[in-house]
Amino acid sequence: MNISDWLPLRFEIALAVFILLQLVIKIFDLIRNNETWLRLNIAITFLIVLLGFTGADSGSLFGGMFFSSSFIIVEKTILAFATLLILMQSYNWLKQHPHTPEFFILLLTALLGMFLMLSANNILLFYLGLEMATIPVAALANFDLDKQRSSEAGMKMILSSAFSSGMLLFGISIFYGITGTLTISLWQELLRPGGLEVLALIFIMAGFGFKISLVPFHLWTADVYEGSPVSITAFLSVVSKGAVSFALARFLFSGVIMMQEVWIEILFLLSIVTMTVGNLFAIRQTNIKRFLAFSTVAQAGYILLGLAGDPVNAPTSVVYFILVYVFSNLAALGVVEVVSFATGKEYLDDYKGFYNSNKKLAIVLMLALFSLAGIPPTAGFFGKLFLFTSGIHSASLVWLLFASLNLVVSLYYYMRLVRMMFSENNEQPFAPIQSPVLSRIALIACSIGILFTGIFGGLYDYLHQLAK
Amino acid sequence: MNLLVLLILVPVVALLLSVFINAEKVKNVILLGAVAELILCFELLREFMLERAAGNNAPYLFEIVYPWFKTWNINFHAGVDGISVSMLLLTSLVTVAAILVSWKVDEKPREFFMMLMLLTAGAVGFFISMDLIMAFFFLELAVVPKFLLIAHWGSGRKVYSATKLALMLMAGSSLILVGTLLLYVQSNGSFDITVLQSLHLDSETQRLIFPLMFLGFGVFTALFPFHTWVPDGHSSAPTAGSMFLAGISMKLGGYGCIRFAAILLPEGTQYYSSAIILLSTIAIVYGAFATLMQKDIKYINAYSSVSHCGFVLLGIGMLNQTALTGAVLQMISHGLMTALFFGAIGMIYSRAHTRDVRELGGLLKIMPFIGSIYIIVGLCSLGLPGLSGFVSEMTIFMGAWQVPGTFHKVATILACASIVVTAVYILQAVAKVMLGPVKDSHFLTLTDATWYERSASWLLMLAIIIMGILPMWLAQMISHETAPMAIKFLTVNS
Repeated sequence: MNISDWLPLRFEIALAVFILLQLVIKIFDLIRNNETWLRLNIAITFLIVLLGFTGADSGSLFGGMFFSSSFIIVEKTILAFATLLILMQSYNWLKQHPHTPEFFILLLTALLGMFLMLSANNILLFYLGLEMATIPVAALANFDLDKQRSSEAGMKMILSSAFSSGMLLFGISIFYGITGTLTISLWQELLRPGGLEVLALIFIMAGFGFKISLVPFHLWTADVYEGSPVSITAFLSVVSKGAVSFALARFLFSGVIMMQEVWIEILFLLSIVTMTVGNLFAIRQTNIKRFLAFSTVAQAGYILLGLAGDPVNAPTSVVYFILVYVFSNLAALGVVEVVSFATGKEYLDDYKGFYNSNKKLAIVLMLALFSLAGIPPTAGFFGKLFLFTSGIHSASLVWLLFASLNLVVSLYYYMRLVRMMFSENNEQPFAPIQSPVLSRIALIACSIGILFTGIFGGLYDYLHQLAK
Repeated sequence: MNLLVLLILVPVVALLLSVFINAEKVKNVILLGAVAELILCFELLREFMLERAAGNNAPYLFEIVYPWFKTWNINFHAGVDGISVSMLLLTSLVTVAAILVSWKVDEKPREFFMMLMLLTAGAVGFFISMDLIMAFFFLELAVVPKFLLIAHWGSGRKVYSATKLALMLMAGSSLILVGTLLLYVQSNGSFDITVLQSLHLDSETQRLIFPLMFLGFGVFTALFPFHTWVPDGHSSAPTAGSMFLAGISMKLGGYGCIRFAAILLPEGTQYYSSAIILLSTIAIVYGAFATLMQKDIKYINAYSSVSHCGFVLLGIGMLNQTALTGAVLQMISHGLMTALFFGAIGMIYSRAHTRDVRELGGLLKIMPFIGSIYIIVGLCSLGLPGLSGFVSEMTIFMGAWQVPGTFHKVATILACASIVVTAVYILQAVAKVMLGPVKDSHFLTLTDATWYERSASWLLMLAIIIMGILPMWLAQMISHETAPMAIKFLTVNS
């Protein structure tokens, strides 16, 4: 075996080496300055993102347990890029944190877990990756050490994820019992709709449902998002959700494709309930983090609509949507992070008159909200549109109507926040906030992404090409 | 460069420029952009008429296609016919007038004028779209500006009205989205209206998709019972906002009903035509009577818009060439007329600070220019010959009367009769607001129109008069396009 055979594994090798190196550095306490840690890790993440542009190496390793393709590499690059943006946005917070090194070790481990999960063709490796991507994040949710809510969030996260993993494992073990193999790609030949298969599929979908917070498995979401530090909220809502959505797409189309007629029905039910409940609850929120939490719950309903497409367009539209969503949600949470760090305020009412006091930040937040609401010319419009165009492949008219009328509901609460920022007066307006340089760069990157990834076509066509 | 691309680029450039210049000067740039747009539209009209005169009978002229999203076969496909050209003219005229009328807006002027321009960009893009997704893109582009214009610069129950308007219009668009997607499936993957037009969909599919598209666009043009955003939205909006909403935005719906619902799904149109006629007749009669009850001059005009836009839908429902031509003429006439009406009301309100008919009086003596505008446009609204309203309504009635059958005759008679009610409320309003004694001594100190208000009024008034006296060129341009439509509707069943 020569060195080039290992190239498909380059993301994972690089990440593992960096994580171990950082552990060693931390043990011997070689770097004491938080800012050095930060710069080091931003550079590392940047390198990982760059790895995504070093050519596509498809291939498999370890007897087919691990495989990679150019499409998977794009997915990993998107996740790494989102992590990079999050690190840049959390610079100021981490600068003063007593446990900064651990933060990075945990965060990068979670990322490594996601990468393994995305490349897994063996269900055990998949499960290992999923757990590796979840448990560190639960520890991270608890990272605001002096806040009780943060511990609560960590606890809720670990309990609910343990529960969902149990469901997932139960389903997996039934599938293993039926097929006698752990290799996911072999399942598609062996699984046909039948009583036991459907039961197993329901358990697995419930497991996935927890991870991407579909209704009725979403109850942990808002509390965890509210309690966690903003960076972790961002990581959970964008990176974790993205990774599991990618994994779900791969699982549905490679593992259980022959049971499509069954899982389309499951997706249909989950999707309409998720969109409707997410939207209706978002209307009632007063805390901006909870507000965004429910809005991301609603967004997940649209991802399911995209998954109703054909085997090429469904993954493509989901990846495209997640990319757009990375920009929009990180722009929104980036602004929330800047504001919350500078003023400690996290309520929607605090954002009244935000446009008058902090014009640039307000414009970024508005762009993000427009994009989340799916209003042209922002990228969110195209992200949603392609989920719809993908979904018509097998979605029913009722599903389409539900999804499109839910756009109206979501418009209501996004526009309400925009109006509050733009035209209401605040008795205690924010002082002009000076955002740190790195988070400013991240916000500019997000805004450029929101404005241009959609309207200049071609990106979707490129992804579609890769997915074939 | 293709004229149609220029039409899109001019507002975009104006918008980009206005981000970078001094907030006080933004209005100059935006006005310049709007005037450039107006000139381009006249140039387009000239070239279009020359082409047609030279015998170019292609259904769409100046077509241009750029691929946008190849995977989905979504293209930037622009092209115009006589209907689009007249709509573009209307849009650019109203835009210039609306910008002039709001010359003295000093609350967040940069954002205000940028939103006006964004609305124009959306409308212009919509009128030249030949791809359903492109049309949808431009239609949705206007959601935020409409919402914020009302919610921030409006008056009265502005937040309520803005939210109601945005949600109802968005609900309309979401129906359009579903309809569009279903058409995409039926056509094996095309959003292009030239492709969709040549499809022969079976009648069941047409009956399924048509209501989605027609109701969706119908919401925009105040189709009964989805008209309730109109009175609230129009009366809460700032003057320029009302001019836009009534003058352009409602026409997006009418145009969409014709271009993206009726032509694409002729059998569906035929099947539902009695329902369309029924709903539009209700809107006409109900709108007229509801107007009688109003005490606020802005509400008077808003409710009368419901009634007048009913004529547009009535013309579409009658399915013959004359009525369809009348429907398009009515869109133009109503657009110009209400824009001017709202402009005049805005001028009165900004001086007298009340819109209540009972408090106003004798304004003609105090502000003769504004008063005369108000009276002229009122006469246009009740269909006085020589002004645009007469031409368009007369055409619709003539077309409608040609359709045999008791139901159609009754609808036509009812619609005609509503003109009497129109005369009542218009003359009442004119009498109370303009004539009679001055009710408040502070009115005596008010001044007449300023230069920018005068130029805006003249612009629209000239258009109304020209359309009233010389309608033939416009009617011919439009009927050239409506003739094949009417034939299509006729041949559906045979």
